[in-house]
Amino acid sequence: MHSRPANQLTTTLAHYLFCHHLLLLLRTPPHTHTVKVKSMLGFLVRRSVRSTTISPPHRSPSSITAALFINRDFTSHSPPHNVLPDTIDRSSDSFVENCRKMEEIMAQLHSHIRQVTEGGGEEAVKRHKSRNKLLPRERIDCLLDSSSSFLELSQLAGHELYEDNLPSGGIITGIGPVHGKLCMFMANDATVKGGTYYPITVKKHIRAQEIAAKCRLPCLYLVDSGGAFLPKQADVFPDKENFGRIFYNEALMSSEGIPQIALVLGSCTAGGAYIPAMADESVMVKGNGTIFLAGPPLVKAATGEEVSSEDLGGADLHCKVSGVSDYLAQDELHALSIGRDIVKNLHTAGNEGTRNGFQGVISNYKEPLYDVNELRLIAPTDLKQSFDIRSVIARIVDGSEFDEFKQLYGTTLVTGFARILGQPVGIIGNNGVLFNESALKGAHFIELCSQRNIPLVFLQNITGFMVGSKSEANGIAKSGAKMVMAVSCAKVPKITIVVGGSFGAGNYAMCGRAYSPDFMFFWPNAKIGVMGGPQAAGVMSQIEKSKVKKEGIKWSKEDEENYKRKFVEAYDRESNAYYSTARLWDDGIIDPADTRKILGLCISASRNRPTQTTKFGVFRM
Amino acid sequence: MGAAGVPLVPGYHGHEQDIDIMKSEADKIGYPILIKPTHGGGGKGMRIVESPKEFVDSFLGAQREAAASFGVNTILLEKYITRPRHIEVQVFGDKQGNVVYLYERDCSVQRRHQKIIEEAPAPDILNDFRRRLGQAAVSAAQAVGYHNAGTVEFIVDTLSGEFYFMEMNTRLQVEHPVTEMIVGQDLVEWQIRVANGETLPLEQAQIPLSGHAFEARIYAENVPKGFLPATGVLQYYHPIPASASVRVETGVEEGDTVSMHYDPMIAKLVVWGENRAAALVKLKDSLSKFQVAGLPTNIEFLYKLANHRAFANGELETHFIDQFKDDLFVTQKDSALAEVAYDAAKQSAALVAACICEKERTLLKKSPPGGLSVWYTHPPFRLNHHATCKIELEWENEYRDNNSEHLTLSISHLPNGNYLIKIGENSSSYLEATVTHLGDHDFRVEVDGLSKNVNLASYLTDKTEHIHIWHGSNHHHFKQKVGLDLLDNLETHQHRNHESASHPPGTVVAPMAGLVVKVLVKNGMEVEEGQPMLVMEAMKMEHVIKAPTSGVVSGLQVAPGQQISDNSVLFNVMVRQLL
Repeated sequence: MHSRPANQLTTTLAHYLFCHHLLLLLRTPPHTHTVKVKSMLGFLVRRSVRSTTISPPHRSPSSITAALFINRDFTSHSPPHNVLPDTIDRSSDSFVENCRKMEEIMAQLHSHIRQVTEGGGEEAVKRHKSRNKLLPRERIDCLLDSSSSFLELSQLAGHELYEDNLPSGGIITGIGPVHGKLCMFMANDATVKGGTYYPITVKKHIRAQEIAAKCRLPCLYLVDSGGAFLPKQADVFPDKENFGRIFYNEALMSSEGIPQIALVLGSCTAGGAYIPAMADESVMVKGNGTIFLAGPPLVKAATGEEVSSEDLGGADLHCKVSGVSDYLAQDELHALSIGRDIVKNLHTAGNEGTRNGFQGVISNYKEPLYDVNELRLIAPTDLKQSFDIRSVIARIVDGSEFDEFKQLYGTTLVTGFARILGQPVGIIGNNGVLFNESALKGAHFIELCSQRNIPLVFLQNITGFMVGSKSEANGIAKSGAKMVMAVSCAKVPKITIVVGGSFGAGNYAMCGRAYSPDFMFFWPNAKIGVMGGPQAAGVMSQIEKSKVKKEGIKWSKEDEENYKRKFVEAYDRESNAYYSTARLWDDGIIDPADTRKILGLCISASRNRPTQTTKFGVFRM
Repeated sequence: MGAAGVPLVPGYHGHEQDIDIMKSEADKIGYPILIKPTHGGGGKGMRIVESPKEFVDSFLGAQREAAASFGVNTILLEKYITRPRHIEVQVFGDKQGNVVYLYERDCSVQRRHQKIIEEAPAPDILNDFRRRLGQAAVSAAQAVGYHNAGTVEFIVDTLSGEFYFMEMNTRLQVEHPVTEMIVGQDLVEWQIRVANGETLPLEQAQIPLSGHAFEARIYAENVPKGFLPATGVLQYYHPIPASASVRVETGVEEGDTVSMHYDPMIAKLVVWGENRAAALVKLKDSLSKFQVAGLPTNIEFLYKLANHRAFANGELETHFIDQFKDDLFVTQKDSALAEVAYDAAKQSAALVAACICEKERTLLKKSPPGGLSVWYTHPPFRLNHHATCKIELEWENEYRDNNSEHLTLSISHLPNGNYLIKIGENSSSYLEATVTHLGDHDFRVEVDGLSKNVNLASYLTDKTEHIHIWHGSNHHHFKQKVGLDLLDNLETHQHRNHESASHPPGTVVAPMAGLVVKVLVKNGMEVEEGQPMLVMEAMKMEHVIKAPTSGVVSGLQVAPGQQISDNSVLFNVMVRQLL
């Protein structure tokens, strides 16, 4: 509860007595009656039939009651003043239509997920298991503390990206605790193309390492891979962010005291051999695990030597003779159990607890007042329709309590303080296009959170900055630059959730991928692009039209429509959430109902690192 | 006794103990004959001799055992009654010469000549018979001027309806509580009063007979191995709570060891009911809730016994267990029964899995590792799918030849906090459970709208986690392998293989821990199947180890006086053709 000066308390008490009658009137429920209807998504939602269908613009009509609630804090049964109201109009046509569309979108998500969780298909899985091997997610489950959570990353990487099906990009990555210590897992899926590295596999591996490095998470490499996918070597091998970067990252993380542990559960050929070789400690499974720079066929071709893979690079050789590996495991379960022991003995807890400056975490937090599953209904499918981001905030923060900052200024950007699973956060959400004031407010709020070491959560639903002569004259570019500067330099953990649109420079100001948020997730309904398809088609058709005109060719209305349609179709395809997540423009597509849990896990993971002081660049004034 | 008008079983009670005289006395009485020591009781040293040629061996064995147990080796002979009931009368005498009887107890249900279920009053007898029996007992006590609590044991021939005096136990017996329950008196208080010179608190006519009582003796013993005494640690011990109609008399606590040096009795469970049927219901219920883990007990056997229709009908006689052995023991492998038992075990295993998960959840909630409470919420988070874990259990199906069954359970954490349990690798049987952990071992589980109490106990021995579950009238014992065999090189591999190699055919191992009393054979001797090979003593009882097959003895390494442990190799009998 909030403390207030005593004199204010007396006045408010008087105010309370005076207004008691009024309060009773105000507290009479506005609903005439409440009915329960089965929504299209199959959830029971409370549908309030109101006398009027106008939903109030956030909290203004209740501002009087809010003031009164403060006085009544000590009477205990009234909610705190900062509790967000339920503003969803469940009876409106647009809401019902949105529910229907979201049901389709969720079904599509689940069908895609089912495909990837089956790995490389029935045959490959059977063959894999016949060798006494577990599937990568099962391996991770064995390493994790029992009954603990696992935050899987980029689950749909590689989705419809290549001519070949590449479930989860052929590698499973994610964060979870081992002996109470958060670790980053990177597990090859040998049932997918023998665990070989496609370009997206490399990208996903490196992204996991990037998060591990940033959050100082010990890395567990569960190796079972045939190395680079040779037909695509040009996109896998030579560039800066290609295969070699994996080992470079291992070296750098190791130098920074971030443990690197490799469990060799299958083959580890060529470049892959460096994963265990570069690791601080490595474990090999007898029979299944092999490490060699060149496999038997290549050795025969190069030197004519004929040798079995076990003799060339088996566990016995590497644990007893070469010293490439440190622990000999009798079977896979043994290896995983040794892996857990290694993490148990890391003993890094002692020197990290004191470095962590993100304090004020409470354990007895409240759940949101409203059903988190309703986020599946709220998620906007028609980006032209505006919706109040507070209805999302109300379903992700503890007790639906949100202390809004600068509520009355720059109202298209909602900023404020809350807690998620007991952890303090600053939330920035879009309630429309960004104006001068909204951008300034955003920059101000980011500065506040940076000073106070409060992690930032961005809820993106942005079409961009306001355009037009008035806006330009007001220096919208300057204001936008301030927010972009603040976002870029803030050294607190940043997590971005794209709940609707992510367009134009709005993506930059709201901490898009290029601004290195610690984590970034998409809702399945979300869209991303430099601008909307129709807008882009409009711009391009005008340019094309004038070009064609110069050449003296006649451009019919029909030609123009065709030109535009192709453009819009391409934009639609490329702005789709699956198109984005397949290319690792984000860290995964999530069920909106899981947003709160995922934010909780992400904040917890990013709090693993020491706090850093933020130094901003030059703000153009 | 005969002079006092107490009917006696034909027999020989003479002082002359010469084996030839005894044998001729035996021939006079006629076989079958019962040989028993004059001192002591509890069936120790007793032998039934079916024919004259077995007499000498049995006689010598009885003498040896009597000497070891009671210090005196005198023996008496009696006619052996084929279908007898064992009915005994509780008597009490004071120093003034008053003797009363406090009705009788039926102790017919016995194994190894020791009582396991006693009841009072004896079922299915007429009041007139009861009075005659009581008066005979009083006469017996008066004949010796007895003043204390005593028991006059009779053998009732169910065929003729005659009863004979067997012996008098001049003490308060193990089963005295059943008498206390039906007469509402404290017999120990009576003993103190009598010792103090007071007259008996009640006269014969004042002694009430109210309701019916049972006593079940709970032993650490190995029922399938012929009720051999068992040893071990009481890893978990939760007797049913006592009430006005349930008495639990026990001298052990959780963590205590049942050693081979004392009688393996764990507890006496005594129940009372308005009539026999009511008392029987109480007995069955109490047995199903009597929870012991850590060593084998006879509880399940007692439960089976109490549920047997012949027992419910009061068709008692001392061969009851032998007569109904097909119902009471698993005498043959039966695949249909095995399936039924397996299905019940699967249900229990699913409940075990759900309870283990729930217990883990409450522990994690209380103290999340590393303080990372966010990562140990329930259900555990998985992106766009459910967290699933696997539990593998071993269970022994007594109806199968190769009796170890492997159960694989996969438990999915549902978003509503329930557990969806799939039993078996490719099975389609699912079960959804809502579990509440009430505390320590106690759970409340709801499955298919039915809610029940479940108790779970577990303990660790030799890299094996033993898990016991009780729910309703079910009790299952599962084993779970913990840890891994961490074999690092070939040498230890071979060593272990050697150790764990199963014994070659013909090998005989000690059925229990004990002392070798006598070795009857030598290496290289030829023996017949069933021939006594050596005699062991444990729990003050002798056990004859017999040859499993005909053949030649080898590998005999034990000597009289040697202490040997359970399952140690005693000798080997090689079949001739194999030599």
